[in-house]
Amino acid sequence: MKARVHVMLKDGVLDPQGAAVAHALGALGFAGVDNVRQGKVIDLELEDTDAASAEARVREMCDKLLANTVIERYDIEIG
Amino acid sequence: MKAAVLVFPGSNCDRDLAVAFERAGAEVTMVWHKDSALPAGVDVVGIPGGFSFGDYLRCGAIAARSPITRAVIEHTHRGGYALGICNGFQVLTETGILPGALMRNAGLKFICKPVDLTVETTDTSFTAAYEKGARITIPVAHHDGNYVADPELVARLRDEDRIAFRYCDNPNGSTADIAGIVSQNRRVLGLMPHPERAAEPAHGGTDGAALFRSLIGVLAPV
Repeated sequence: MKARVHVMLKDGVLDPQGAAVAHALGALGFAGVDNVRQGKVIDLELEDTDAASAEARVREMCDKLLANTVIERYDIEIG
Repeated sequence: MKAAVLVFPGSNCDRDLAVAFERAGAEVTMVWHKDSALPAGVDVVGIPGGFSFGDYLRCGAIAARSPITRAVIEHTHRGGYALGICNGFQVLTETGILPGALMRNAGLKFICKPVDLTVETTDTSFTAAYEKGARITIPVAHHDGNYVADPELVARLRDEDRIAFRYCDNPNGSTADIAGIVSQNRRVLGLMPHPERAAEPAHGGTDGAALFRSLIGVLAPV
């Protein structure tokens, strides 16, 4: 079973990297880009066979390591 | 005073920190990250600067889950002292021993230069030998030193007099110009600037030496 975790800075936390990417896009002539947020994607291959328990386990991994929930939020896709 | 300095793969200020402790009069033991216990009788744990585990995932994130770090968490829960400098500060926030988080510098650049700080409180074991409000010069060397705290946390840190140092000219976007904070029991200090790099005349400045003198004054009074 595969899981994909998206980790993003929480809304309201200034994202300097996203701001730099937005600036670079503007410099390349891409107009009308208002907000860029940069995050990360973490793919996991799990031995689990039950989606619900896999998601619970990945949630625990996110809370303990994969995300810093002081400044980041995460979404989990199972399948 | 007995000090332990942690060594992670990628630590690069561990020996400088050990020298600063020794020059101040401490007995220092280096402790490898895979050890699961601190040496007996350790008063203060130094978590050095560097790039532990290559800064993979987030700065300090992997080190914060190392076996030795569990022992450090227990040490601080028992009222033990700890000093985290630069990557060490990042490790302390990642463990939750200190609140807030450190993220990419607002200007995105790695900053390596001396900066001016003000000593905001002398009511800690790390700053007792300074004058309150003193302006000191200490080098910074970091890419992720932008201290993030929400308004409630900043208010709490201010009300509890837990902001140890502030930048005079904020180099990295840190909330409220915060360069270093202490724990609620005032026995754990995390800061981004490197006092161990300004501890003797050959360094070009000695403003960091008082931090180590302060600790010795509290933990090994003559």
